Amino acid sequence: MSAGLMAYVWEGLLNTLLLTVFGALLGLVFAFVAGLARSSERKVVRGIAMVYTEVFRGFPALVLLFALIFIVPQFGFQLNPLFAGVLALALNIGAYAAEVVRGAVRSVPPGQLEAAIALNFTPLQRLRKVILPQAIVAMIPPFTNNLIELLKATSLVSLVYISDLTFAGQLLRASTGETALVFFGLLVGYGVIALGFTVVMKLLERMAARSLGRSVPKGLFGRAEVAA
Amino acid sequence: MNFQWNLVWDAVPTMLDGLVVALFATCIGYVIALVLGLVFAFLRRSGNRWVSAPVGFLVEFIRSTPLLVQLFFFFYVLPLIGISASPLVTGAFALGLHYATYTSEVYRSGIDGVPAGQWEAATALNLSTRRTWTNVILPQAIPRVIPALANYVIAMFKDTPQLLAITVVEMLGGAIALGSETFRYSEPIAAAGIVYLLVALLMAWLARIVERRFGQVRV
Amino acid sequence: MTNGEFITFDGVHKSFGNNVVLDDLSFSVGSGERVTLIGPSGSGKTTILRMLMTLTRPDRGTIGVDGDYLYHERRGDTLVPAGEAHIRKVRSRITMVFQHFNLFPNMKVLRNVTEAPIHVLGRPKEEAEARGRELLEMVGLADKLDAHPSQLSGGQQQRVAIARALAVDPDVLLLDEVTSALDPELAAEVLDVLRDIAKSTDVTMLLVTHAMRFARDVSDRVLMFNEGKIIEDAAPDKLFNEPEHDRTRSFLRSVIDET
Repeated sequence: MSAGLMAYVWEGLLNTLLLTVFGALLGLVFAFVAGLARSSERKVVRGIAMVYTEVFRGFPALVLLFALIFIVPQFGFQLNPLFAGVLALALNIGAYAAEVVRGAVRSVPPGQLEAAIALNFTPLQRLRKVILPQAIVAMIPPFTNNLIELLKATSLVSLVYISDLTFAGQLLRASTGETALVFFGLLVGYGVIALGFTVVMKLLERMAARSLGRSVPKGLFGRAEVAA
Repeated sequence: MNFQWNLVWDAVPTMLDGLVVALFATCIGYVIALVLGLVFAFLRRSGNRWVSAPVGFLVEFIRSTPLLVQLFFFFYVLPLIGISASPLVTGAFALGLHYATYTSEVYRSGIDGVPAGQWEAATALNLSTRRTWTNVILPQAIPRVIPALANYVIAMFKDTPQLLAITVVEMLGGAIALGSETFRYSEPIAAAGIVYLLVALLMAWLARIVERRFGQVRV
Repeated sequence: MTNGEFITFDGVHKSFGNNVVLDDLSFSVGSGERVTLIGPSGSGKTTILRMLMTLTRPDRGTIGVDGDYLYHERRGDTLVPAGEAHIRKVRSRITMVFQHFNLFPNMKVLRNVTEAPIHVLGRPKEEAEARGRELLEMVGLADKLDAHPSQLSGGQQQRVAIARALAVDPDVLLLDEVTSALDPELAAEVLDVLRDIAKSTDVTMLLVTHAMRFARDVSDRVLMFNEGKIIEDAAPDKLFNEPEHDRTRSFLRSVIDET
């Protein structure tokens, strides 16, 4: 394999990782804002958050991606393709992750909130010091699933000619003709990256649980189900 | 703003054609996912490590890797080994295989959710393994997981746009084709998005009804 | 406001759906008084405490704490529903110990006790920690400062919860069935601590409890609740030995004495 092709593969790998990491970070922001807003007392806030999660869970990610790349320029904005990819992925995964946030916050025993009220914490203090630290542990396993879904979704950007790993694979196939090998190699590549992320998330989960004085069952493949 | 709503409306016939294709792929894929998922679930529960471990590894592998790449893989590789299938069938198969890895997890949790005492009672009554499964375990496991299974139809439907990569003309593919003729892409893509959203919301509403109907385990 | 009316309930009414839990309730508690609320479950006694702690709101009526109304503000001559800031201000005089302890699992023992003093009362860290250590020693847990709540027994957790409540220097301490979730031996530890506190401080205490002997030892007054109303209000000796109401009599007979 020539050096030129290797460069494409490296670029593709880098872009895939960038898309995943930044998509995850931005998606996390969306998820927390929407997830916490769903539990707000104000109906308007709850409603807006619900619209966001329902719409972006109902919209296929690929269509969203095409929309950002084709429709947005109509309104005068030019989006950098990579940024469009990150945005589309983040909006999509954020809607799913928002449900995770909401469920985790609800799973904190009500007595904890009552104790925080009894000690006269402000609502913000209650959230930061008591609710969120306990909710985060419950969020990490489902977040791991969200992250893997995000990683898989990054392959969609190859269809709008953003040079990610899958796009590099297409180039490789076109120039070497080794179809089966290239695609199988791609699958292995994604699988390894997914494994890496899963390990990192397991570590995070263990750290978070330890801060609550809890222990986490060992094992790598104990993943929770993915919510559709 | 250059957006012309009448063009969105004009795109609707193409969208309906694409919708039929998408629903077709979803249905076939879903049947495959339901059946294959059950098979996977059984194999992973096998006492024989030589069966359960490789199947488990395969299921995790397929679940963790992109559907798009799997679509490409089957599209290009199947002809090489002599299997000729239309892109639509290939796509439906790949979709079904991918989601079988999800449904197998759902089945597993349903089966694990049946209390241990049920197995013990079946043993005490000397029921055969087959009878135990068909008359005791599965009737209790399946209703429990119907809500989760219903949600996966919607997920599959939302993944059908990826089939355009292997030349299947569903809604998004139809929109792009329309766009390349008229050089106006935005309106057809918007039309595709709206139709996908509406159908997905409709399916979600139906799933909610199914959940309510089957959500309670009938004792 | 005279001392005899440090806490006042006036015409308080609360229902959950069709279920009337508190029926036009009025009573008052003096500063430094120890009052035990007894009665069958559903009679409203826990709701009284939860209302004082702002975990539940009354449908009608007013609740007063040392001259201020908890849920209302005075605007000139009239009373208007209070804003959040006012409620917080009045609430800061009150705190509660819960049946299920509700210690914060993401904080070690000392931090559980110092968190509110530092971040709500604004005390400097060293001062809060010194006071925290003092209180934890008083409840017999000086050696557990660095432990996680999950490493403690139920009785130990409840004692930490008591220290945490005292650390905010409350005027009113609410105790909601604080030993009901503990087995008898651990319950006894906790009750001993509470006896000490009753003896050595003058904090106003409202208790809901099934531990009748403890109630007799510590209370100045016992209120018997039934179907949302107070049917008897007397000193413990009188109420336990010569109850006036049949309902009180039958209730006392059926109560399992804990300690």
